[in-house]
Amino acid sequence: MTARAPVRLLRSLLPAFSLALVVAAIAWLNPRAMSYFGFNLMLSLALPIALATVAQMFVIAGSELDLSIGSFISFCGCVVATWLDQSPLLGAAILLGGVLVYAGVGALIHLRNLPSIVVTLGMSFVWQGLAILVLPRPGGAAPDWLQTLMSSKPPFLPLPVIGSLLLALVCHLLLMRTGYGAVLRGAGGNATAIGRTGWSLLKVKMALFALAGLFGVLSSLALIGISTSADPNIGSNYSLLSIAGVILGGGEFVGGVVSPVGAVIGGLTLTLAASPLLTFLHIPPDWQIGANGALLILVLAARARFSRPEAA
Amino acid sequence: MLEALRARPWTWSFVGALGAFVATIATLHGQGAAGVATAALALAVFMVLAGIGQMFVITLGPGNIDLSLAANIGLASAVSMTVMNGSDAGIGLGLAAAAGCGLAIGAANYLLIWLLRIPPIIATLSSSFIIQSIDIAYGRGLQIKPPPGFADFTSLQIAGLPLLALLTMLFTVAAAVLLRRTIYGRWVLATGQNAHAARLAGVAVGRVRAITYMVCGVLGGLDGALLAGYFRGANVDIGNEYLLASIAVVVVGGTSVAGGEANLPGIWGASLFMVLLLTMLNTFGAGAGARLLFTGLIIVAVIAFGGGRKTA
Repeated sequence: MTARAPVRLLRSLLPAFSLALVVAAIAWLNPRAMSYFGFNLMLSLALPIALATVAQMFVIAGSELDLSIGSFISFCGCVVATWLDQSPLLGAAILLGGVLVYAGVGALIHLRNLPSIVVTLGMSFVWQGLAILVLPRPGGAAPDWLQTLMSSKPPFLPLPVIGSLLLALVCHLLLMRTGYGAVLRGAGGNATAIGRTGWSLLKVKMALFALAGLFGVLSSLALIGISTSADPNIGSNYSLLSIAGVILGGGEFVGGVVSPVGAVIGGLTLTLAASPLLTFLHIPPDWQIGANGALLILVLAARARFSRPEAA
Repeated sequence: MLEALRARPWTWSFVGALGAFVATIATLHGQGAAGVATAALALAVFMVLAGIGQMFVITLGPGNIDLSLAANIGLASAVSMTVMNGSDAGIGLGLAAAAGCGLAIGAANYLLIWLLRIPPIIATLSSSFIIQSIDIAYGRGLQIKPPPGFADFTSLQIAGLPLLALLTMLFTVAAAVLLRRTIYGRWVLATGQNAHAARLAGVAVGRVRAITYMVCGVLGGLDGALLAGYFRGANVDIGNEYLLASIAVVVVGGTSVAGGEANLPGIWGASLFMVLLLTMLNTFGAGAGARLLFTGLIIVAVIAFGGGRKTA
């Protein structure tokens, strides 16, 4: 037992360590990037990715998987750049409707005992189709308030850093420090036990999926605020990236083992390793996606070193 | 009657395929039924090949899935066209290169799963990122047309039936025999039902998994080469729709997502259903958005209606 504690500590520090390593590599390659302006630029896309990763984390907390979050973000992005801009009330209602559909998907998965991969796979077609129906061609415009918010420059720390810290803190308190947060994670670990204690597993699953939907909406808001216009494919990479982010952040696919702080760190690491690091290494952008893959493999290899031998 | 249908969930996919076919022909006022059927068979082939590969992997048990299939198809299409180099003499070598490329990807996938002890979904996800980057870097500006002989071969018809479809049907029968009548096939099923019990019973679980990921890789590679022949050229995105489609046809076709239970006829039914569904929506004049929307809704509906036996 005593030998296990440091191993566990090492494992939980691994996400932060990999982020630090990437930042250190960038600092070494280009010390000038280590400034307010540099981080603002390098992390410009960090917030949408971190939000999408947190959305995925809620689903993974329930030992399910969401393959539709990327196209859901595309759909919400199209709504944000059209309806939310022109008639804010209708736009907000549609986004809320999206969150409710997410809760409904959670209910369907629970009630019919369906594999979440397949249901969310079907839903990814649905959201993608709706996105194209809302905005057939790239265009639209982000609401002014959103553009102003996302391009604001708060003192001392760049917006993506403040946003990520806030996001990590809020989700940590919500999921790790409240009673119901423990129930939500418990349902991913031992659903039967949670059910026997009198909690409604249906409500738990709906809550997890609704939270995923909510953070998906937030991710699309951040994304459209930065890019100022939308595209029906704008979030297509996010389904797989968000899964990668959760795993980089120390999450496990089963057992309700997730970490909100880790998920945010995972999202930041993916953002930094994909583009800025490669630019400073003079590696062509062709290898951006590949760098994410290599990073995942490296981190998982490191994690395998620290994991207990009998876990296989 | 209903009981019999429940016992053979794949019947629904054939019923659905027939329904979509009849609706299409009705819209066309009975014109061109043979043409629609031939085109559907020709397009279904590519889904069937990817689907069979994915089916073998999914049958290995909970968590087993190959997310690198799309990237694999894309890379193999480029490799095979480069090796063939537009000359009929290179067809055999090109196909062998595509199969070899897929085999290497399958082996790499299993190596990651085995060495890093990580869930297959994340291993194949990371490798798909890397393969995609290799493909983008390798296939940049590559516009190699297939040799005329190979292009003709992929669209050759015998008595109105596409030759490729006939060959793929023979292959499906062979795959069924492989699964039901050979030691390897029984081992795949046994591993999927209970890997621990299978190991105790003397099944070389590791070897079975390794072979299966390689089988899936080879099928993806060949699929890539054939697609490049049929669509007259390789490109990076050629396999994109086949990742989600391969999972969808496996599940709609009645294979259990929990593993240990495979269904080959269902792959054909589901592939024809998906292709005819798109044909039907096209003849109704539906745009890209509506096509995706309905495809998604129907996948979810089929799963919700026929599924509900998840035990994992």
